[in-house]
Amino acid sequence: MTDLTLGRAAGPSLKQRRQRAAFWFLAPMLIALFCVAAWPLLRTIWFSMTDASLSGLYDAEWTGFDNYLSVRTLSSGRVVYRGTLVDPDWWNAVWNTVRFALISVGFETAFGLVVALVMNAEFKGRGLVRAAILIPWAIPTIVSAKMWGWMLNDQFGIINDILMGIGLIDQKIAWTASVDTAMTAVLIVDIWKTTPFMALLILAGLQMVPRDIYEAARLDGVHPVKVFFRITLPLIKPALMVAVIFRMLDALRIFDLVYVLTPNSAATKTMSVISRENMIDFDKFAYGAAQSTLLFAIIAVFVSLYIWLGRVDLSGESQR
Amino acid sequence: MTRNLPSRIAFYALVAVIVLFAVFPFYYAIVTSFSTGTALFQVNYWPKVFDLANYKAVLGSRNFSRSILNSVFIAGCTVGFALFLAVTASYALARVRFRGRGLLLMTILAVSMFPQIAVLAGLFELVRFLGIFNTPWAMILSYTIFTLPFTVWVLTTFMQDLPVEIEEAAIVDGASPWVIITRVFLPLLWPALVTTGLLAFIGAWNEFLFALTFTSSESMRTVPVAIALLSGASQQEIPWGPILAASVIVTVPLIVLVLIFQRKIVAGLTAGGVKG
Repeated sequence: MTDLTLGRAAGPSLKQRRQRAAFWFLAPMLIALFCVAAWPLLRTIWFSMTDASLSGLYDAEWTGFDNYLSVRTLSSGRVVYRGTLVDPDWWNAVWNTVRFALISVGFETAFGLVVALVMNAEFKGRGLVRAAILIPWAIPTIVSAKMWGWMLNDQFGIINDILMGIGLIDQKIAWTASVDTAMTAVLIVDIWKTTPFMALLILAGLQMVPRDIYEAARLDGVHPVKVFFRITLPLIKPALMVAVIFRMLDALRIFDLVYVLTPNSAATKTMSVISRENMIDFDKFAYGAAQSTLLFAIIAVFVSLYIWLGRVDLSGESQR
Repeated sequence: MTRNLPSRIAFYALVAVIVLFAVFPFYYAIVTSFSTGTALFQVNYWPKVFDLANYKAVLGSRNFSRSILNSVFIAGCTVGFALFLAVTASYALARVRFRGRGLLLMTILAVSMFPQIAVLAGLFELVRFLGIFNTPWAMILSYTIFTLPFTVWVLTTFMQDLPVEIEEAAIVDGASPWVIITRVFLPLLWPALVTTGLLAFIGAWNEFLFALTFTSSESMRTVPVAIALLSGASQQEIPWGPILAASVIVTVPLIVLVLIFQRKIVAGLTAGGVKG
């Protein structure tokens, strides 16, 4: 490492000076991150254990875990459970989010793999493909939601027009409004928008595979399909795992696409949407805070999984 | 690539399908944004009319132009702020060895994966407390949560790859760490700064949750919020023409930037994602 050699050359005082400078260089960033991440997170968790409302943030009273779960025995002997853990709307949102995350990430991985394999081949117009797939990624989520909302429009939408033209459906579908298809609509837009990102991450993994391995396989006459499953896939597995978990975390916190494409639809409402709705729109600030704390806990588990599975080289030390 | 004809045709067909799927929705939005009246409600695969009325309506409204200015100001300040803090911090993280460095990097990575909803309640209180609710500063403050960890992470990986010798020479000459950063590293960092700056700008430009929650008046909205809440004369009537025109206006500059810097952006994205 850099400073070991330097330290030996110039004595420990230089090392100490550098460490002191490093502290002052880090301090502004750490203060900024504390103010926008750690402190608000702690306050959210604190609010989740009070009865705070939007207008009365400061006269909140401590209620313990009542927003999560409270058990009361009535005088009649009946036991009443209240709180978000017994709230069917919350569990519906959890189910929607998990379903959305699993299906969207599954398709994105499959399609991303195909696109990455195509882009890894050498052919004319490769630059064009890369430029083209960057477009969905560059478009703001809100804009894609509106664009697709128009394309999926039941009366005037081009999707219904195409599907009826080729005879796949015989009557127009209200994609975003109908309970049966709302989730499909959200999935279509998300897969369209995020497959490019997945493809680029997988492509980076593919490009690290040395070309002569393929050359050797080709000389031995191994079938391309076998090459893919026996050589390519195992070699890019680490990159693939990291990409999948990365996307999974993103999918679990989805908010904007659902909020704009299918407003107020119980079929698509996710954890982020329902907690913001409670917090801001329904004036159940503390209740919403409890729900967002639960989402945080779920994502924290996934982050640990990411760091553990991805074996991310955090300090960069093994590289040199 | 294989040499026989059928598989070549199949391959190029696949390429064509990918390009078509990627490009068509935006193409269709552009086509629709140029049509008004009844032409809007007919499905046209090719541009038939060229009517700028939707664009005039959108750019003519004071609030939308104001939203564009808000977004430019907020995204610009966010990027400047994040890069300033990240350059010094990533120098310390990449070049100085101290205890707890791995833990610190891990924390930064974890923060970049924070669900934004988890800090919404706390940030809402902070924004109210500071008296910046419904001002651009609420967004500039809150966007730091996703731009700063990302810029620190990418710049740190970039700086770790720079050769040791340049810094050693400066230390032998007795340069202070501050001089080393500004005179030695900054000139070398320009490519990485452009990439991370651009990615942070796109992130800030597209953000929706905080912008929706921390603004209340129409003139303070950012572009995504303005587009999402654009409404017509009546509740039932969705003004598709102006919505799509507004979408095209705010997306074209992004696409142009992304296509100009596509190599750098791909490098920056993968550095943030796959490392290890």
